[in-house]
Amino acid sequence: MLQDKDRIFTNIYGLRDKSLKAALKRGHFDGTADIIGKGRDWIINEMKASGLRGRGGAGFPTGLKWSFMPKEVGERPHYLVINADESEPGTCKDREIMRNDPFTLIEGCVIAGFAMGAHTCYIYVRGEYVRERQALQLAIDECYEQGYLGRDNKCGWDYDIVVHHGAGAYICGEETALLESLEGKKGQPRLKPPFPANVGLYGCPTTVNNVESIAVAPTILRRGGSWFAGIGRQNNTGTKLFCISGHVERPCTVEEAMGISFRELIEKHCGGIRGGWDNLLAVIPGGSSVPLVPGADIIDTPMDFDGLRDIRTSLGTAAVIVMDKSTDIVKAIARISYFYKHESCGQCTPCREGTGWMWRVMERMATGHAQKREIDMLLDVTKQVEGHTICALGDAAAWPIQGLVRHFRAEIERRIDEYSHNAHDVKPVLEAAE
Amino acid sequence: MSVRRLAEEAAQPAGFAFTEKNAAWAEATIKKYPDGRQQSAVIPLLMRAQDQDGWVTKAAIEHVAAMLDMPLIRVLEVATFYTQFQLNPVGTKAHVQVCGTTPCMLRGAEDLKAICRKKIHAEPFHRNEAGTLSWEEVECLGACVNAPMVMVFQDTYEDLTPERLEEIIDLFDAGRGDEVQPGPQNGRHLSAPLGGLTSLNGDYDDLIEPNGYHAANGAGAKRSAGGSAATPPSEAGRPNTESEETDPTMSAPGAASAAKVDPKTEHRQSDALAAEGHAAGAGREGGARQGATDVDDPKRPTQPAGTGPAIMEGERTRTTDTKAGPTQDDHFDSKAEGAKTDSRPGEKPAGLLSQPQGDKDDLKKIRGVGPVAEGKLNELGVYHFSQIAAWREVELVWVDDYLEFRGRAVREGWIGQAKDLQGSAQNGDGEA
Repeated sequence: MLQDKDRIFTNIYGLRDKSLKAALKRGHFDGTADIIGKGRDWIINEMKASGLRGRGGAGFPTGLKWSFMPKEVGERPHYLVINADESEPGTCKDREIMRNDPFTLIEGCVIAGFAMGAHTCYIYVRGEYVRERQALQLAIDECYEQGYLGRDNKCGWDYDIVVHHGAGAYICGEETALLESLEGKKGQPRLKPPFPANVGLYGCPTTVNNVESIAVAPTILRRGGSWFAGIGRQNNTGTKLFCISGHVERPCTVEEAMGISFRELIEKHCGGIRGGWDNLLAVIPGGSSVPLVPGADIIDTPMDFDGLRDIRTSLGTAAVIVMDKSTDIVKAIARISYFYKHESCGQCTPCREGTGWMWRVMERMATGHAQKREIDMLLDVTKQVEGHTICALGDAAAWPIQGLVRHFRAEIERRIDEYSHNAHDVKPVLEAAE
Repeated sequence: MSVRRLAEEAAQPAGFAFTEKNAAWAEATIKKYPDGRQQSAVIPLLMRAQDQDGWVTKAAIEHVAAMLDMPLIRVLEVATFYTQFQLNPVGTKAHVQVCGTTPCMLRGAEDLKAICRKKIHAEPFHRNEAGTLSWEEVECLGACVNAPMVMVFQDTYEDLTPERLEEIIDLFDAGRGDEVQPGPQNGRHLSAPLGGLTSLNGDYDDLIEPNGYHAANGAGAKRSAGGSAATPPSEAGRPNTESEETDPTMSAPGAASAAKVDPKTEHRQSDALAAEGHAAGAGREGGARQGATDVDDPKRPTQPAGTGPAIMEGERTRTTDTKAGPTQDDHFDSKAEGAKTDSRPGEKPAGLLSQPQGDKDDLKKIRGVGPVAEGKLNELGVYHFSQIAAWREVELVWVDDYLEFRGRAVREGWIGQAKDLQGSAQNGDGEA
């Protein structure tokens, strides 16, 4: 288990003083100027050495991403954009960073901005996080006052941070949709290429990073990439905020080492599964878009990118949604399908039409009002939506259904049988169910 | 995607202007973005306009377009694309946003929705009679470890029980919303595990209050009114394959008011659903509903497909009714009255009145009675809880049949309910 001394977010629960003064005492902004003094290449190499993979769901190596920005700043300014549009169902980690430990993020913005030659940073907070946005703005104002941001600041890199917000569109968590939204348009993803590192915000080179990826950077650089790389397994290094929700005794957000086993994570921090381990039905280990896995498969799996990939799911944002045996599993996935139907931006036909179609079929599957051959038809449609859209929302809508059919086909068929059985019953179900 | 349109002309105010303070704020906000990129400020400005007026009016959209030098259609696009913008007036004292996505659903969000239906309005986006409250179901609000939760204006209320939500709604309705502490309602501290920290539990010298955690968590009883540590087993679960009649979501008076819904109001899915679900045989192959068995039951009116009441959000599109019959549910089809014969089961109740004795009781308080059913009861001569409480079982069966409720009145135990309501009415309005 991770020791407290190795935890990056020391105030994630907001129990300690949230002022800048207290944050300085806890070690934030300690030697930021020295880190910046070591130069861009050192920072990027150290980030690469740490093995940090992006915390927003896709797991793209952060150091590599930073290195994609043009080496020299040309006519167009460079921008850093922080993706705080945390909308993936199950995920609520960035919220804690912004409201309780905002200085980790602010310091990370300065360092990352320096590493990519950006003097301006936009933080795009989801519209529903009003209090979180206010807390973050308060912290930024404090940094300006104390000279950690702005011109000629103590960090040695002129820097401005602007807090922007959305208005309730899940799709704006996709990086190009986020840029569109930040430019004041509908949040519809752009075709890539050109990638944001060449043509991003306002047509300028831009890097979009998740809050957590940026917030861990200062500590990594202070303690060295090798320290971070020493936690967890190869290619799956470091610490991670896990959000455990659903049918556990005590749901919580907690920072843990990557590769902790599911059992240990739940036992240690969540007081076990509601009703005991035998009552575990299924787990969605990385936010609503990843396929679910049956409880038995995941119990002793290490919770990291490769470990979960081996059981045909993904770490995603490490938002662990636990479902016990009281769950109507088909209905739970049907609700996720509804979510994607609701959030599709409407740009690509397979997603716009497909998400609605899949949801309607899932609703029927939930009650058994379907034909067994429709299960294969549904699976086929998910394959046709997946990979045929501009952004990954189509994939995200398809995966949960694929996971359900992969592992719970028997349950769907049982319902269809039960439904058709009852349908021909002479006695109306109404009276039988009284 | 959801279809979102502006409110109808009649509801739109004539003009819009930011208050002085907000106008200054808007100027500062526009300056945050590079020159010529003032369009970036459109979402913050619209949001501020919504905060000011409670919803986004057409005038506000025009005003913002002029301020930012944007074509009107671009601002309209933004206002209709982002679901946080309320395009219709919402409750003046509270607009309750219930998160209904899977993590919250697993912890009991459906019970919270039932409370909203009961206390506010059977339909989302409709205001209650006084116009003070409204509710909607929203997608994940990002407080999943504190599920289930609701958001009212800018604050979230987390770790809710239905009882606690009821209290919160009452407080907001009474204008005392600021008395409710935002955040978890069961005594835990933010997202920390309930009952004791499992990490970061050192004895730091900068804790906000000495032993802050323990005060926040252990002795949380002071703030735990209505909240309990254990979340009750959710109804999210449990394979639900019974018929429509036994579906608890159907017992709400919701469907009855379908007829009253303003046709101009966009029900975000209802159109699509109605088209999909009620085109004759559309998308359905071989279900239990098809076949000509409805000739067995000539008393049941046949209804052309697609003419029934519009399907409301959240309502099931299927007909799980396994009785043979028309594809449309005809609970509320009053035209069917004429076809009735007198051979009803049960016995016509005694003591029907031609007019209420004094003030009539609000029969809608009975679970399963909506405005339409109340009207029918009044028509029959039933105005008071005491009348219903005095019925015998056979009389209730007769009424049930008269109202074409197919057993709902019996199942919901109207007699018992009426007795309770009668009791609480006598004890000086028990409902807070």
